Amino acid sequence: MKSVIADHLVKTYRNGEVKALDDLSLDVEEGTVLGVLGPNGAGKTTTVRILATLLKPDSGHATVAGIDVVKHPDKVRELIGLSGQYAAVDETLTGWDNLVMFGRLYHLGKSASVKRAEELLERFSLTDSARRPIKTYSGGMRRRLDLAASLIVQPKVLFLDEPTTGLDPRGRQEMWEVIQELVKGGVTLLLTTQYLEEADQLADEIAVIDHGKVIARGTSDALKKQVGGERLEITVENVDITKTQEIVARISTSATHTDIRTISAPVTTGSVALMEALRALDEAKIHPLDIALRRPSLDDVFLSLTGHVAEEEVAEPVKKKKRGGKK
Amino acid sequence: MKYVISDVMTITKRQLLQLARIPELLVFSTIQPVMFVLLFRFVFGGSISTDQPGGYVQLLMPGIFVQTVAFTLAATAVGLAEDMKKGLIDRFRSLPISRGAVVIGRTFGDALLNILVLTVMAAAGYAVGWRPTSGGFSIFLAFLFLFMFGYALSWIGIYVGLAVKEARTVQSVGFLVTFPLTFLSNAFAPTTGMPRALQYFAEWNPVSTMVAACRQLFGLKNEFGATASSWPSQHPLETSLLYMVLLMAVFIPLSIRKYKNTSS
Repeated sequence: MKSVIADHLVKTYRNGEVKALDDLSLDVEEGTVLGVLGPNGAGKTTTVRILATLLKPDSGHATVAGIDVVKHPDKVRELIGLSGQYAAVDETLTGWDNLVMFGRLYHLGKSASVKRAEELLERFSLTDSARRPIKTYSGGMRRRLDLAASLIVQPKVLFLDEPTTGLDPRGRQEMWEVIQELVKGGVTLLLTTQYLEEADQLADEIAVIDHGKVIARGTSDALKKQVGGERLEITVENVDITKTQEIVARISTSATHTDIRTISAPVTTGSVALMEALRALDEAKIHPLDIALRRPSLDDVFLSLTGHVAEEEVAEPVKKKKRGGKK
Repeated sequence: MKYVISDVMTITKRQLLQLARIPELLVFSTIQPVMFVLLFRFVFGGSISTDQPGGYVQLLMPGIFVQTVAFTLAATAVGLAEDMKKGLIDRFRSLPISRGAVVIGRTFGDALLNILVLTVMAAAGYAVGWRPTSGGFSIFLAFLFLFMFGYALSWIGIYVGLAVKEARTVQSVGFLVTFPLTFLSNAFAPTTGMPRALQYFAEWNPVSTMVAACRQLFGLKNEFGATASSWPSQHPLETSLLYMVLLMAVFIPLSIRKYKNTSS
């Protein structure tokens, strides 16, 4: 059964000047995780906001757990949890205050709200800071608390809009662990992200969106195969470029992509390809300035799917950009 | 629907909790009105002559009371705009709570804060010589009027906060609305000194009718210039009440509708 269905959604801003969603369709199978991958302004947040009943589409339909989000928003709200790009909690209140408040707003009784708040604080390792105002929390702690707030009542469908954007590597790792735990618990999750690695780690299936449309869809493996998996990157002195290109052409099947002194090529054999390249370079007496095996990035995905790199666009309201440390 | 009251109470309680968690907020929201009492009392008090028994402070206190509750408009608007900016309103809107609860809760929270502020101001006024001469019931009625006026303006604040969205702009808009209104009135000086056209504006200004109503309820005789015989000057209580009912009748549905349709 499909827990989430978005069917030909169109949404424009500023009286049609900016097309945020251009006939976007996607769906999420119950109990699975869909990663919606795309650059800033691709329409990720707009999609989530429509599915979470915060925004009405100009046209198209969407259902969550079989319920139409436009016709019965109240019913949908009882079934979903939403956690955004920025921690949407009351910063002047403590973590405990916030969770109890949200518990009350989900219409749990007083003692049930307190009990649930304490459970969640414990589960997200926030018990020690429960009595401190959110203002004093680190970025990672805020996101965890925000996530906790969206789990007060076991949601049928959880929406996480860029849950790790702006976090440092450690915060990101912690967040991933927390989300992986949730996924194990069987929640249906729609997650948006700018990081292929994140979608790879967390999602069963990935939908790549650009200009408000889904441009590719499949498992992470399928997608990577399409992109060419890992890339070999070699930086050499100018005089060695031609020779190096010849060497790389032997190892990689696809065309190489040269950026001044760096040659980058998709490889399928991982570290074997790296060793091969090193050996060949050594034989040719070329000393690379830098050599590395790089996992495909969002840029690589876009390059291979669209022929252009992920560009920033202002398809979503401008003020959004000022929030939560997007780049 | 059956959770409306509990939802509203939770939102209101949140605002009171904010005050408990950041006591500075409470201190600063009461210091400003007290400062106004002292400044006007001791700076202007000596130079504005009046034949009211008890002197200028009797006239001044109703003026400052009204000015202070008028600032509720800006306070409500700024608070709401900040919640929107931080994404908190989005979170509230994604919850299965009754639609009006968030904004109704906020107006209640600001109203409760007004009770406290009015109490502190009354004490400060008493300390510098303010003595209402009417009976207990009239005094209570005056404070009820002040409370309701602040509450009605709070609803305009909701609308402004939702419409303008950026907290700092909201603050400016709030002051742009409240400052001329409080000064183009009888709050601090008699309107008799104003150009005639302004006197007519001042007589219909809700701030003036509120100040006049409070003065009457505190047992003072009102002083009017050219407009002494006009309807609002003759019936400040009725006019004020009419304004409050009108404001609420217009802005409560308007603001709730705006909230429903707003996406921050």
